Amino acid sequence: MYEAEWLDVGPVDQLPALGARTLPVQGGEEIAIFRTANGDVYALVNKCPHKQGPLSQGIVHDTTVTCPLHNWRISLLDGHALGEDEGCVPVIPVKIDGGRILIGRKEALGQAA
Amino acid sequence: MSDSNDTRPHLVVIGNGMAGCRAVEEILARDTGRYRITIFGAEPRVNYNRIMLSPVLAGEKSFDEIIINDEAWYADNGIDLVAGDPVVAIDREKKCVMARSGRTMGYDKLLIGTGSDPFIIPVPGKDLPGVVTFRDLDDVDKMLAAAENGGDAVVIGGGLLGLEAAHGLSLRGMKVTVIHLMPTLMERQLDEAAGWLLKTALEGRGQTILTEANTQEIFGQGKVEGVRLKDGREIPADIVVMAVGIRPSTQLAKDAGLAVGRGIHVDDHMVTSDPDILAVGECVEHDGQVYGLVAPLWEMCRALADGLTTGPTGYKGSVTSTKLKVSGIDVFSAGDFSGGEGCEDIVLRDATRGVYKRVIVKEDRLVGAVLYGDTADGNWYFDLLKKGEDVSEIRDALIFGQAFASGGGASANPIDAVAALSADAEICGCNGVSKGQVMACIEGGAHTLDAVRSGCKASASCGSCTGLVENLLALAMGDDYAGERDNKPMCKCTSFTHEDVRAAILEKELKEIPAVMQALSWSTPDGCSSCRPALNYYLLCAWPGEHQEDPQSRFVNERMHANIQKDGTYSVVPRMWGGVTTPAELRAIADAAEKYDAKMVKVTGGQRLDLFGIKKEDLPAIWADLNAAGMVSGHAYGKALRTVKTCVGSEWCRFGTQDSTGLGIQMERMTWGSWMPHKFKIAVSGCPRNCAEATIKDFGVICVDSGYELHIGGNGGIHLRGTDLLCKVETEQQALDYCAAFIQLYREEARYLDRTAPWVERVGLDYVKQRIVEDEVGREALTARFHYAQSFLQKDPWAERAAGAESHLHQHIAEIRPFAVVGAA
Repeated sequence: MYEAEWLDVGPVDQLPALGARTLPVQGGEEIAIFRTANGDVYALVNKCPHKQGPLSQGIVHDTTVTCPLHNWRISLLDGHALGEDEGCVPVIPVKIDGGRILIGRKEALGQAA
Repeated sequence: MSDSNDTRPHLVVIGNGMAGCRAVEEILARDTGRYRITIFGAEPRVNYNRIMLSPVLAGEKSFDEIIINDEAWYADNGIDLVAGDPVVAIDREKKCVMARSGRTMGYDKLLIGTGSDPFIIPVPGKDLPGVVTFRDLDDVDKMLAAAENGGDAVVIGGGLLGLEAAHGLSLRGMKVTVIHLMPTLMERQLDEAAGWLLKTALEGRGQTILTEANTQEIFGQGKVEGVRLKDGREIPADIVVMAVGIRPSTQLAKDAGLAVGRGIHVDDHMVTSDPDILAVGECVEHDGQVYGLVAPLWEMCRALADGLTTGPTGYKGSVTSTKLKVSGIDVFSAGDFSGGEGCEDIVLRDATRGVYKRVIVKEDRLVGAVLYGDTADGNWYFDLLKKGEDVSEIRDALIFGQAFASGGGASANPIDAVAALSADAEICGCNGVSKGQVMACIEGGAHTLDAVRSGCKASASCGSCTGLVENLLALAMGDDYAGERDNKPMCKCTSFTHEDVRAAILEKELKEIPAVMQALSWSTPDGCSSCRPALNYYLLCAWPGEHQEDPQSRFVNERMHANIQKDGTYSVVPRMWGGVTTPAELRAIADAAEKYDAKMVKVTGGQRLDLFGIKKEDLPAIWADLNAAGMVSGHAYGKALRTVKTCVGSEWCRFGTQDSTGLGIQMERMTWGSWMPHKFKIAVSGCPRNCAEATIKDFGVICVDSGYELHIGGNGGIHLRGTDLLCKVETEQQALDYCAAFIQLYREEARYLDRTAPWVERVGLDYVKQRIVEDEVGREALTARFHYAQSFLQKDPWAERAAGAESHLHQHIAEIRPFAVVGAA
């Protein structure tokens, strides 16, 4: 059976600019999909490396999201905490194709696969 | 002051302008006591910053503000100033100079810093009264006198000086026409495209710009009446400003027999053909070059002072750049932008922002740059240009500026940008001060902008590098550098304070977050999690009827209308007016708690019930259920009116003096839904026993027999603070009106995230009393503005969400179940 490398999770216009949506993964970590001001889309595991705050609920600015619990700033590019804080959250590859959001299957499934 | 017993060599300086005085400063800095110094100045005043005459003309600065060295400086350094008596002859045989008054003075070393003379085009009428140049303070005074009566002004010359004169006269109320011979304004600094943008912008400000216009004559009977062009056009004028250019002032040197070309010939140590005579500034010609900008002048002064004191270093000529403001528009140019063989242009245009950038690359080296509207990267380009670095690696990103090109698309943090500059990068073009010199000055103890200005002169002239210097202070001192105001900037995205931003929102009628960021030159593309919520609040407070909510600029709790908990679930608090509930409401709350599996039900400090552990997907449904039982959002999550806490009051309590419960309910009905700088709590106690703890609330009422005591600014949080008594009123209606006025004052004037306690401490109780108690008209206006805002804000957000608004905030975009491939690509 053909196993796709990418998973289509919906149309990109379902993502608010400077906002995020969530994508639960059965048996795995929930994913947060972000959209920046200029329309770029990124995905991270929806857990701040600090105290597991839901990053999807943070404020997105430039290519950064600020965690809603304790204001850690996490880079959408590589999942690293910025500034003085240290920590990293897994990044899920994303691409946009024909207005659809595609995320890396292997990374999205993580240990659930 | 001159002392004939003084045996030190006598240095006589001809010219009390920027070059002459700067040279003296440089000499004094190296060896204070070596020379006895006399300075001759043609103008009857101390040394001032000639570049700043334009702001004086425009009314932005006074003469006192542009003085570089006041009389005390001359006295402190034992310098004899002969002001208002120009030198008319140099006798090299006798080694002395003669002034107009007949005074003669011997010298051991003579320094000529005569600067430039304005060039007068030889047309008929050039000597008519009302024709002025733009060179010194007397010229400015003449223009100001003419502008007093309004009328027409003609400026001949569309270079920098002419445009500044035009701008100033225009601001002073005159109708201004600029006549420029060339097709492009400021053609020596700007290319055609930037010149066109500038022309359009100036025309937009009411000036008439005539390019390719050739002056035939200036006409008038006894005084100037107008200008006639070669093509026959006549332009009326009450004053004509001749600003076509300057030429080095060399007559004195020529008469003395010194070698003179376009300027006075000097060697690398600024020595003329006579070894005892030096020259510096705009009047000299070095290696075939004549300079009309200040940066080369400072370099010359350093070389000159080295040669006269500690040891010759030599002046090697200057590469110049121009960074300036023309009528408030930033322009920058450097190097060669005329194009030509092998030159590649990289151009960026942003019509909306009014930005034009062009860099010229030749053989992988930057050779020129023209920036219009946004000159932040000027210094970086100039640095690249002077160093002749290979830019092929960053060529793709070059036009987007330093932050982009060197950070690989990283955010444009201005501190990082100055950190990335090399130590010899030029910070202050006017005074030729490098980053290394500024940093050394800061490390030497100059911890404020003023200290840096007096320490190394950076940002002490035109001021356009003030931001860079402040960034260097921040870089060197970290968080210890609090900025120049008592008041810190709002956040790292801007140098403006909260107050600046709020004032600008009203003044410029800014109504959206991007408009604020654009108008106030935010340094980040879309702000940060500090400034966006603040801006959203300031906008909704300033424009209650027009504000469009930006959910992405709300903290999560306000976006979700519930309090996020550490596990990512939410808590839900329905409003209970005045802390009073009913069996039916309690029943509905109990049902909801069970239906949505609340993990805990807790009585809050504000007399409400809090349901914990609700999932974000369930929020609209639980709100719908609570709405159905008549309850609305309790705003327990917001920077908003939280709760009005009450005691039972005269209705039940044997000590009660007034109906505290009833007043509390009225107060909550009036104030619910109002967004504020921070959370806001009210309490009403029925007697001075104060069971509702009104004296630790933002607004507290203590009922007494004769009326109501109103208290403000209390806080039961980290810093316990008892309230201050604002005043006492007699009726419930007064208590309500004063409450509304106080809240509105707080809403309009406190900084975002200020609770009332620190705000009242900052502005002072007397101020609040003055606004609320003493100024009756003002209070009524505040109360009215509060009610106006409330007419838009009192909508139950829960009902809107329950009806489906913003449903994407509560739903997942999709779900992944392993082995069931969703929408295979």
